[in-house]
Formats: sequence, structure tokens, C-alpha cells
Amino acid sequence: MKLVSLLIEPFRLDAVREHYTAAGVQGMTVTEAGAVGIGRTEVYRGSEVSTGLDPLVRIEVLVADADVESVISSATAAGAGGRESGGRLWVTPVEDVVRVRTGERGPDAL
Amino acid sequence: MDTGSTAWILAATTAVMLMVPGLALFYGGMVGVRNVLNMIMMTFGAFAVVGVLWVVFGYSAVFGDSYGGLGLLGDVTEHAGLGGLLAEDPDATIPPALFAAFQLLFAGITVALISGAFADRLKYSAWLVFAAVWAILVYFPVAHWVFSFDLPDSGVVGGWIVNDLKVVDFAGGTAVHINAGAAALALVLVLGKRRGFPRDVQRPHNLPLVVLGAGILWFGWLGFNGGSALAANNSASVVVLNTITAACAGICAWLLVEKVRDGHATTLGAASGAIAALVAITPACGAVSPLGALAVGAAAGAICPLAIVLKFRFGYDDALDVVGVHLVGGILGTVLVGILGTAAAPSAQDGLLYGGGFDLLGRQALAALVVTAYSFVVSLIIAKVIDLAMGLRVDEATEHEGLDISSHAESGYDLDQLSSGRRSAARGGEQHTTGRPAVDVPQPVPTGADR
Repeated sequence: MKLVSLLIEPFRLDAVREHYTAAGVQGMTVTEAGAVGIGRTEVYRGSEVSTGLDPLVRIEVLVADADVESVISSATAAGAGGRESGGRLWVTPVEDVVRVRTGERGPDAL
Repeated sequence: MDTGSTAWILAATTAVMLMVPGLALFYGGMVGVRNVLNMIMMTFGAFAVVGVLWVVFGYSAVFGDSYGGLGLLGDVTEHAGLGGLLAEDPDATIPPALFAAFQLLFAGITVALISGAFADRLKYSAWLVFAAVWAILVYFPVAHWVFSFDLPDSGVVGGWIVNDLKVVDFAGGTAVHINAGAAALALVLVLGKRRGFPRDVQRPHNLPLVVLGAGILWFGWLGFNGGSALAANNSASVVVLNTITAACAGICAWLLVEKVRDGHATTLGAASGAIAALVAITPACGAVSPLGALAVGAAAGAICPLAIVLKFRFGYDDALDVVGVHLVGGILGTVLVGILGTAAAPSAQDGLLYGGGFDLLGRQALAALVVTAYSFVVSLIIAKVIDLAMGLRVDEATEHEGLDISSHAESGYDLDQLSSGRRSAARGGEQHTTGRPAVDVPQPVPTGADR
């Protein structure tokens, strides 16, 4: 089992979701995140204020080992084209997964 | 009594009352999310304190017979408790109780105006003490100088600025705006800067609130200026027209300055332009033509955005620009009466441009200078004494945490999804279950959705 984490611009969330769903991914967790950078610059009564964070979303899915490559290719498909994307994806091994409601473990709990 | 005029001043009074929540929203939206309640409470609390003082002896100090005929302070015992104002005065246009209510709002709002300057760092208790002492030592005397006309029939002597210097200040450019602005400057000099000023201060947390507040203030200002005619007449009508149009010019001018200087016309700039122009037209609204009102409004809208950046140059942390808007705008409007005043307007005095020479201009400038100096010096002393006696500033941890929690034990918005709050049984939580379900209430589990 693997945890596939994808950090990407918020406007790409819908495309990622569509591609993941098409690839058979059945559940995903989305977290708002921020990359330390410039952020937006706003002006209030003549003084500039920078938010300091570039908004990102982190999309996490738990998948069986066999499904990792198809998830990666759907992520790159969703992230391709348009504006330059600073998104990153990484894969982390997962030791165990427990479905809390039933107590099922391992691949059965995915 | 004139029932038409009474009806208008009753309506104007209710309109001016709205300026209190208007100001609270205008200021409240401009501070950070952890200080919004404190800012609103600063405005409300100051108003409440002054309202109480007004009944006890404040009205009397402003409108009582001047001590020694000097025009410096009214007799504080003459109308103490306001019990003498219950009977109708057959000679007056409006009932004395209505006049006292209308003028109460001026006193309360003037003190509340100061509160924008010291946002995010002043102890609430210290502010309420400052508000009370400042009203007594600064507002009441200055309002007496400016607002208390001599009453020859009853032999009551009023204030020196309006009667002896014959300054034109229709609705309080000096007594209200210069007065509050100079006090704000003195208070922030004693209080010190916010931690992080000028680089790391929170941006305005809710600009829609600021615009709503500015709009409510604009509405109330029609009562503030228009009601200052103290009658339902032509003078009030000219004043209302001038007040509306000046604010329009102020918005245009401020946005133009911003577009040229910063590249964008901002929402905060539009709200600020309206308020700056309303400040400047307050003394001038009865003295200028409609074109003159546009000039006054445009001048304030163009000069105030340049004036507010002085705080960065000189390092005084006037958080919400009470100095840049009210002191500078008030001086501007008061002095411009001496230039743009026309005999054709209700105040009927020609300024420099209309052939009146430097006479009116000189008197206007002198009044602006005297009120600035008096308010600044006395406010400085009051702030110093309060600082020594009880401390003005919250501690560093409190400043970081925000004053909503530390001063009032509340938060303005329920933003924290993970700790939305349980009531403790000891404080009556078991009896009141109107809040959100506590976190240990079983929630329906979404099945399959997070596989």
C-alpha cells in the first residue's frame, strides 16, 4: 500500500479529481496548504502587504501498490498544460491501514 | 416650538446615533481578526461613558453660562442632571431636551473617533478612563468654545471661539475632528507603536464591514451636519447637499491619488476618501457653494492619503489614521472656509476667493491652531498620568494573542473548526444548549466516502 501525496495549485483540484476518479481512485483527502514564497501583494492605504504564502492544495490518496503508476499518470495528466505548475507528487510506503468502523486491515481496508 | 424643525432634529438625532455602530464597523473591519471585538468595544464603551457624563454635568459644562463671562467653560451646575430641560421652552425652535440629546451624540462620537489610532495595544480599562477624563478636560471646554452661542435674551454667555473670534465651524471641524485627531496623536505618542510596526501589522480583516461602516457614517453625517442647522430650513438643505457632494469628490480624489501612486483604486481608499471629505466639509458645509463643497471634498480626498503616510516617516503608529484623516481633514476644512466661504451660503461670510480678504482665513486658522494645541497638550498630559497610574499598554503576550480574547474573553468569528467551543458546566453550560453540539456528541459517519 502506498500514500500518494500531491501538492498542486488550487485551481487544478477539479481536474485532478476527475482524472483520479477516472483512474478508479475511490477516496481522496484534500487539505489547504501554502508554499512559503511571495504570496499576493495587497495595498492598504498606500502600504504594501504580502501574504507570504502561495496557496496550494494537498491531495492524498491511499492506493494498492499495483495502482500507483496509474495514479501518477493521472496526476501528471491533470497537472499538465496551461500555466506553469510548481506542483509535486510523492509516494510513501504505508505499513498498515485500518478501517475504523469494521476493523478490517491492510489492503481490505482500502 | 416649531414642530417641523423638531421633527427634523428628531430625525437627524436618530441618524447621528447610527454613526456609533457605523464607526464601530468602519474601524472594526480595518483591524485584524483577533482585535475586531476590542475595536468595536472601544467605540461603544467610549460612547457610553460620555453619554453618562453628559447627563451628570457634561451638557452643563458645554452649554451652561460661561464662568466669569470668559467663554472658556460653562457652569457645570447650571444644568447638572438635565432636570431643568424637561419643560418646553416657548421661545426655542426645538425643545431643550432634544438639543441636549443631539449634542450628546457629538460628544460621544468625538471621543469614539480617537479609538482608531491606538488599535491592538491599549488596555480597555485605561481607554475608558482616558475617554472620561478627556471628555471632561478637553471635549466639554472646546465644545463650549465652539458650539455655545451667546443667548442675549437670557444673558447667557457662550464660548469665545464662536462669539468673540466669530469662527465659522458649522458642525465641528474644530471641536469634533481636530479635537479628536490631535488627541489621537498625543495618545499614540505616549502609548507607543504596535509590535511589528510598520512592517508586520495585520491587514484589514473585513473590508466589506469597512465600506458598510463608511456608508452608515455618510448617512449619519447628513444628520450630523444637516441637524446642526438646528431647524428644518434652507440652511439645513444646503448643508445636506454640500455634505453628500463633498464625499463624492473625496472618493474620486482619493482613488485618483491611489491609482497614480500605488497603481490600484482600492476599496479601502474609496471608504477613506468619503470619510476624509465628510470630515473636511463638516466645518464648511454651511459656508461654501456646491462647487466649493466639491473643492473641499476633493482637497481632503487628495491630501489625506498623502498625510497618512507621514506616520511611516515620523514613526508614530496611528493605526487607523485618525490623525491623517480627522486632524488633517479637520484643519483643511476649517481653513478652507476662510478661502472658499461665500456670503451667498448660509454662514454668509466671504473668504479669500470671494473678496473677503485674509480676515476670515486668519480667524479660521487661529481656531484650528488653538484647538490642535489645546487638545494635543492636555491629551498628552492625561495619557502620561494614566500610564503612570495604571499603565496604558497590554503586555506582549496579550498583543500577540489579540485583545478580543484577553480583554473580553470572546472571539469575533467562529473560525476554528476543531475547537468550536463547549460550555463549561460550572458557568451554566448545562442550562444553555443553544451552542453547537459539543465535540463528543456522536456524529453520523460518512460511509465509503473516504475510502
